[in-house]
Amino acid sequence: MLSIITFVPLLGALLIAALPRTAVSTMRLVAMLAALASFIGSLGVLFNFDPTHAGYQFIEAAVWIPQHGIGYKVGVDGVSIWLLMLTTFLFPIVIAASAGAIHEREKEYYALMLLMETATLGVFLALDMFLFYVFWEFALVPMYFIIGIWGGARRVYASIKFFIYTMAGSALMLVAILFMGVTAGTFDLEQLAAQNSVWSANTLLFLAFAIAFIIKVPLFPFHSWLPDAHTEAPTPGSVILAAVLLKMGAYGLIRFNLSLFPEASRQLAPLMIALSVIGILYGAIVAFAQSDAKRLIAYSSVSHMGYIVLGIFSLNQLGVQGALLQMINHGLSTGGLFMMIGYLYERRHTREMARLGGIWAQMPLYGALMLIFVLSSAGLPALNGFVGEFVILQGAFQANPLWTAFAVLGMVLSAVYLLTFFQKIFLGESRDAANDTLTDINRSEVLAVAPLIVLCFVIGLYSLPFFNAMSASVNNLLAAVGVVMR
Amino acid sequence: MDTVTPFVLLSAILFALGLTGVLVRRNALMIFMSIELMLNSANLAFVAFARQWGRLDGQMFVFFIMTVAAAEVAVGLALIVTIFRARRSTNVDDLAQLKG
Amino acid sequence: MNQLLFISPILFPLLGVLINTMLGRRMSEKAIGWLAAWMVIASFAISLVLFAQLSAAPAEARLTWGAIDLGIPWIQAGALNVSFGFLIDPLSATMMLVVSGVGALIHIYSIGYMHGDPRFARFFVYLNLFVASMMLLVMADSFLLLFVGWELVGLCSYLLIGFWFKNLKNAEAGRKAFVVNRIGDAAFILGILLTFVTFGSLTFRDVFAGVERGGESVQAAVAAITLLLFIGATGKSAQIPLHVWLPDAMAGPTPVSALIHAATMVTAGIYMMARNHVLFEAAPSTQALVAIVGALTALTAGYSALTQFDIKRVLAYSTISQLGFMVAAAGLGAYVAAMFHLVTHAFFKALLFLAAGSVIHALEHHGHHHAVDPQDMRNMGGLRAKLPLTFAVFAIGGLALAGVPPLAGFFSKDEIVLDALKHNPLVFILLTVAAIFTAFYVGRQLMMVFFGRPRSEMAEQAHESPAVMTAPLLALAALTIVGGALNLPGVGTLGYWLAPAVDEFKTHPLDVGLAGAFTLIALGGLAGAGLIYRHAFAAPDQADPLSRLGLLYRLSLNAWYLDRLYQAVVVKGFYTLSSFLASVLDLGGIDGLVNGAGRLARSAGEWLRGAQTGFVRSYGLLMLIGVVVLVTYFLVAGANVR
Repeated sequence: MLSIITFVPLLGALLIAALPRTAVSTMRLVAMLAALASFIGSLGVLFNFDPTHAGYQFIEAAVWIPQHGIGYKVGVDGVSIWLLMLTTFLFPIVIAASAGAIHEREKEYYALMLLMETATLGVFLALDMFLFYVFWEFALVPMYFIIGIWGGARRVYASIKFFIYTMAGSALMLVAILFMGVTAGTFDLEQLAAQNSVWSANTLLFLAFAIAFIIKVPLFPFHSWLPDAHTEAPTPGSVILAAVLLKMGAYGLIRFNLSLFPEASRQLAPLMIALSVIGILYGAIVAFAQSDAKRLIAYSSVSHMGYIVLGIFSLNQLGVQGALLQMINHGLSTGGLFMMIGYLYERRHTREMARLGGIWAQMPLYGALMLIFVLSSAGLPALNGFVGEFVILQGAFQANPLWTAFAVLGMVLSAVYLLTFFQKIFLGESRDAANDTLTDINRSEVLAVAPLIVLCFVIGLYSLPFFNAMSASVNNLLAAVGVVMR
Repeated sequence: MDTVTPFVLLSAILFALGLTGVLVRRNALMIFMSIELMLNSANLAFVAFARQWGRLDGQMFVFFIMTVAAAEVAVGLALIVTIFRARRSTNVDDLAQLKG
Repeated sequence: MNQLLFISPILFPLLGVLINTMLGRRMSEKAIGWLAAWMVIASFAISLVLFAQLSAAPAEARLTWGAIDLGIPWIQAGALNVSFGFLIDPLSATMMLVVSGVGALIHIYSIGYMHGDPRFARFFVYLNLFVASMMLLVMADSFLLLFVGWELVGLCSYLLIGFWFKNLKNAEAGRKAFVVNRIGDAAFILGILLTFVTFGSLTFRDVFAGVERGGESVQAAVAAITLLLFIGATGKSAQIPLHVWLPDAMAGPTPVSALIHAATMVTAGIYMMARNHVLFEAAPSTQALVAIVGALTALTAGYSALTQFDIKRVLAYSTISQLGFMVAAAGLGAYVAAMFHLVTHAFFKALLFLAAGSVIHALEHHGHHHAVDPQDMRNMGGLRAKLPLTFAVFAIGGLALAGVPPLAGFFSKDEIVLDALKHNPLVFILLTVAAIFTAFYVGRQLMMVFFGRPRSEMAEQAHESPAVMTAPLLALAALTIVGGALNLPGVGTLGYWLAPAVDEFKTHPLDVGLAGAFTLIALGGLAGAGLIYRHAFAAPDQADPLSRLGLLYRLSLNAWYLDRLYQAVVVKGFYTLSSFLASVLDLGGIDGLVNGAGRLARSAGEWLRGAQTGFVRSYGLLMLIGVVVLVTYFLVAGANVR
């Protein structure tokens, strides 16, 4: 089942590659069907998922390179189930929103998008480190092209920076993977985790993995590729980048660093907590100074992802569960913000906030929906962001009250920059005549973001099933880390 | 003096000749022929040693090399002809596009 | 079914939000406005029913009678378990009645006030959302759920202050309110985090039990928790030093100022402290701070109110000052007095704001000189004759505020100062001076608005507002007149009602000396203002008689220059830090390093590429040299081995 979910998009990509260049609507249809098939499949997994089972489920394994202990093995547990859902849920939405944003070379675009989905799903599902690495690096390629071909004015610079920076990070991880695989004679994650006492306290190996992951997250001070990549990427690219790609890093920290190097995780947790809190405040303060709407949201991601890493390295039940939920929340709210900004860009062809202003009068519905995403991102209770943030903070407070006190300041700062963002675009007098003729968003645009908004409310008001599904696996993981359960 | 030495000496002389040709000639065709000379000098050495030790491995390599050389001639000549058509020259010093 | 009844005071306004959001564009103004108003009236009616049921229960059972849990977990992760649980006890029942009662009147008033606004439906959506959130705030049975309401009312406040967003000043006032409140909220959240770590639960019941069980061992934690919660209250209830948002919040439509920024939302801090009296009483150090902060706020804000010209700004500073009275009372442990003043203040301050709105409405709709500010009292004068009804109710509200017997404000203020006199002389002195200021600025405002001669064309042409606006005024005026009966000295109805929820209570007979003194203060202040302002302002551009006081006058007019100080230090500082980090550190430093690494690779390449001549023969030669070197090396090395 998981393999089908993972490779159906690849199949779709091949199909699109075989279509004639002019059959754009057929391509859209194929892409949509492939992504939807994947989503429906993952729903099936979700409904049959056993939340009481701590280990991996739906495991599928095949022989690949047995001489070196490399196998094809995929599976899902409480850590990855919601990331699987998030990915398969977002791709159909993004593909639906692509029609307005992409107007050239559609064939390559849709094929790459589907490849992207296969690669990211592979990252979240792979249970063999070699296989994981293959998907991990493969995920770079489609995004590189999506930014480089359909991006904005400085797209080449941004895409190369994105590619080289993240690749440089994962080079060390490859060395670590090979070292561990060769030493242990297997690349199977479960077996490696079972014998983690060998390298449990190995800080070098920990760092080799951590650097790859925190560049991807990105954690301060390794974030500088993100604003460029986000700003230059086309709307769907930004959405996927923020909502799915960044999660790969945070997921890696939980899946590999915590479970393979529990001892080192404990030793280095103070460092990671410090970096994430600095990142929370730094991202928020820098976001405030931005004049480009997309850049502002990109820096807000740096701040929000800081909360997630903070939760992970609280090394307790609340922190890790909050972090996992917040990954979903960030995907929904930041993804939504990027989609909404994309709608405006298609109409106004600018993201400079100084040239917007006062457009709530012309676009009342658009303004209202944007406000929901803004508030969700600012962590307003009754919306999703608050639940995740609060649970993370509660966990972090148990681990380290002082740093958490600073992290809470991020709440104030996020209100500052997000309300400023909203004010500059929507409130006050219009600063440009072109703003006065804007038309409100249409039905299909609303339909594309509606699922995100609904989920924002659902998670905000009823987070129980989300936490339920992850708790057994997180418990198990933390038992390995050896932290007293609370 | 054992029987293999003259052959190896000859092979070395031929190799040196070929190498000199490659280094001093500017005409692509001449360089090409010099390379052939070097290949054949290697063949000679292989055959000589194969006979010396009474094993067939050397002979086998010679066949390999001859086959590869034949393919190389075909591809190489085709390349030279194409380059000549495009540039009206077979002087390798004119072909310095890869200069950094 | 019973549960549904319990939470329907929240659900009805929410229903109004839904309907008006979905169908508001297709409905008439009347339908929208009355739908919203009826939803709040329904909420009020159910609150009354619940109140009646609660009071029918025996006194000792009233704390637990209305505790219900919907059985729907909201957040359940690890040991953290917060469900949708509600608590209707005497304290929350009182608040529910105030919120929905005053709320309903203000909804009705708004139908007239907002008439003709293009975003009429949106206004009522926000207003209904506010009532629902405020109901949630007062009915919540846990810290976290209370915080949900706490933040949501802040959101409504933000949206309503900036309701006329085309004017950037309104939008900025909204943002300021939200951000300043968020500073308090951050402390509030920290308080919640610490509460959970200390007591392992977030419901009030468990935490209070924990305080009693923990005794000495939790004292330090409780001191820290209460301090953090109080910082939260300084944001929401506009106390020093976080009070600066409230005067700016007057940018919102006047009914909003009445409902949110006078009667209900800003009292949430006082409610929160009363709700958590168990915690606060276990932390005497915090209590002392609360009392002092409240008294200082009452004094300084009252002082700022003395010289304002904007009719609503006077009332805004007055609200801050009166909230200071309540906070001081809470700090003294006199929660009944605080709640009593909260209730009466809700009546007379809502009345004052709505009457002020009636004045503004009358001026705006008949003048249309937008060059002349319809809220500036210097452009008013002589409105007594033009707006007799508005004058009458404004005067009732003003006298109640000043503390003239037998109006509601007299009794509630008297109770606070009595407590102050008994427990804390410093607080008593501060509050007494604040009371003098109160009477004076009320007198000044009455004089400037209603007496003398009209000083602008608008004021001359003013006409009384429609019945839909004056009816709520009359209702509130009636409440202001009889409100004192809620808790008469020696009777103490409200006190005995609230006692199980907020502490022991014993009513005292009227302290005739003190009451007499404060009556004299009130009348004296009013008379003084009357004398000073009798002949002032023959024309709008004349200087205020108080301006002869020089620096003292300017301190009052500029509200101690606190806004400017914050602007220069905090706001400027943040801007500078932000642009420094963004352009210097981020682009120059961090990104500079990354790009520097890229440039390094490039220049290394530039330098090395000289070796690539492009000549086949030179590559061949290099190859030969390489082979020779390697062969030589191996020969020599091999020789050495041998």
